[in-house]
Amino acid sequence: MELVLSTLVNSLSLGGIYAMIALGYTMVYGIAKMLNFAHGDIIMVGAYAIYVFMALNNPILAILLSVLFCLLLGITIERVAYRPLRGASPLAVLITAIGVSYLLQSLAQIVFGSASKMVTVYEFGAIKIFGVTLQVSTLVTMAVAIVVMIALTLFVKLTRTGRAMIAVSEDRGAAQLMGINVNRIITITFAIGSSLAALAGLFYLLKAPSVSSTLGAMPGIKAFTAAVIGGIGSIPGAMLGGLLLGFVECVATKITAIAPYTDAIEFSILIIILLVRPTGFLGKKRREKV
Amino acid sequence: MNALKNIRWRHYINYIVIGIFTLVFAIITLTGGRLDSSLLFMLEKVAISIVLAVSLSIVVGFLGELSLGHAGFMCVGAYIGGKVAAVLEPSLGNTALNVLVCLVIGGVVAALCGVIIGIPALRLRGDYLAIVTLAFGEIVRSLFQNSSDESFGGTIGLETPRYTKQYLFIIAFLMVLLTLLVVQNFIRSKHGRAVTAIRDNEIAARASGINVTKYKLLAFTISAFFAGIAGVLYSFSNYRVQSANFGYNYSIEILVMVVLGGMGNINGAIISAALITYLDSKLATVLTGDLAVLQNLIYALILIVIVIYNNAPGLKNFRDRYNLTVLLKKIFKHKEDPARRTDDAAKWDVVPTKIEMNEILSIDVKPQDLSSDKPTKGGDK
Repeated sequence: MELVLSTLVNSLSLGGIYAMIALGYTMVYGIAKMLNFAHGDIIMVGAYAIYVFMALNNPILAILLSVLFCLLLGITIERVAYRPLRGASPLAVLITAIGVSYLLQSLAQIVFGSASKMVTVYEFGAIKIFGVTLQVSTLVTMAVAIVVMIALTLFVKLTRTGRAMIAVSEDRGAAQLMGINVNRIITITFAIGSSLAALAGLFYLLKAPSVSSTLGAMPGIKAFTAAVIGGIGSIPGAMLGGLLLGFVECVATKITAIAPYTDAIEFSILIIILLVRPTGFLGKKRREKV
Repeated sequence: MNALKNIRWRHYINYIVIGIFTLVFAIITLTGGRLDSSLLFMLEKVAISIVLAVSLSIVVGFLGELSLGHAGFMCVGAYIGGKVAAVLEPSLGNTALNVLVCLVIGGVVAALCGVIIGIPALRLRGDYLAIVTLAFGEIVRSLFQNSSDESFGGTIGLETPRYTKQYLFIIAFLMVLLTLLVVQNFIRSKHGRAVTAIRDNEIAARASGINVTKYKLLAFTISAFFAGIAGVLYSFSNYRVQSANFGYNYSIEILVMVVLGGMGNINGAIISAALITYLDSKLATVLTGDLAVLQNLIYALILIVIVIYNNAPGLKNFRDRYNLTVLLKKIFKHKEDPARRTDDAAKWDVVPTKIEMNEILSIDVKPQDLSSDKPTKGGDK
């Protein structure tokens, strides 16, 4: 009972983090039609930003500033590196994105050194529920992730900007003809995705209070896996994929026999999903047109 | 004489250059001259990098897809080759035959992995291939890392028997020549043109009756095969194969070589592979500790700047005005025979008087336009 409940809560919280990162991937992929490799590294930048802004001794302020910083960073990256390549071949955009990811990692390592930094944002402690000891930070992560996801779904469904996003992802040319400022929508998408990544960075710090320049690389790739599993371009799909991946990871690390192979298992799931159902669980099949 | 003239030297220049290069060093070693071991190691490393860069350039440059698991295929080749070498050593000894068998087996196993990964990924859009190959690299790494000590050595790595160091680079450069032979002939064949057609417009290629999946898989498999061969060479050149060396970063380094050389340009890939490998080991002695990151920073900037410069639609005019061809023309302009220049400004330079100038103009302008299609130009004179 205790094991089941704690695994469940842990997987929900880890899945929530993955889902939040996957949301950034899936939105950018759906709207800008590109795989933003640097997304994972923005998580790392967010965590470092919290480390820097914690000098103000105010966790809330530090978190807000970190989100703001990542938001601006996301917009800048889009402006400088991706916008000039709009209309170029997907390969060129992809290679640039890898370059940006590499750039962020090496810049972080130059600025902060290769040793990881300790950051304690806030000590939540632990509580007992039904006789099971749970970390409060895990519950907070879970709650915030759920709230953010609901808010984002409502934003996309109900607001004008959100519907413009859907329109751009359906057909960029037609959206432009309907008077939607496509560049602005893409900028907003990057801003939202990057701030979600900053929040993910915060949650990683709550989970384990240290940050290094490679913090975001692995979660970034895994979250992309989650986005693909759920069906890329679909917001509920990203959530589903994230939660599923979090569950798999939590269960796999609990079983000692397969624990070292956790990463391999997760990536194998990706390959199998692509083989069996290339559009993921909730993705729409889209015909390619000339 | 005519037969010599008809050969397209442009197509063979890289074989000749690399062949002569290899021959020079081979003669030095075979006639008993002992080369410095660090120089030999450098030669091996350069050869391995060239094989990797050329094989990746099939996928990135000619197929137009991105593979981030090239180091993963290399890793498979290195472990399998190293293991086979260790198994064969008692019976075959440290001979060239042993190396050859290992090269074949390592390459084939890597190619098989390429097929297995390629089948699901190549049916989809390019971005998936990038992420699946990346995932493949990580899977391979973690499998070898967690292997038992008897099989592949686990985290410590697999100890490999070393081929006589003095001659390994000759085999490595022979492999470079083999890679070039296969890759260049593939690219210039009907199949290669099908591959480039897929890169330029997949839908049009499909409509023209090209089996897209088959050709994608073919290009991908050839690329994986040679990555495996590079891995086997690596396992012979180093005492120990460690899975940690074949990470994502190494795949990126190979990608940088291809991008720096110019995508779809094999000679460029060769030059930049050699250059980056050389600079790498020189920089490694200068940049130590935290400064080692500067190298990654340079890689990142190379990727971003070169790709944006080469591909941005908004930079087209800029690109046409300032590129290497134009630059070379500007540099070598002075040495050109002024009389052969065609533009009017050039004529002003050579012509001493105005009268002659008029004559030249009247002679020059007309026949140039007519000479190619009308044989009656003699009548004007």
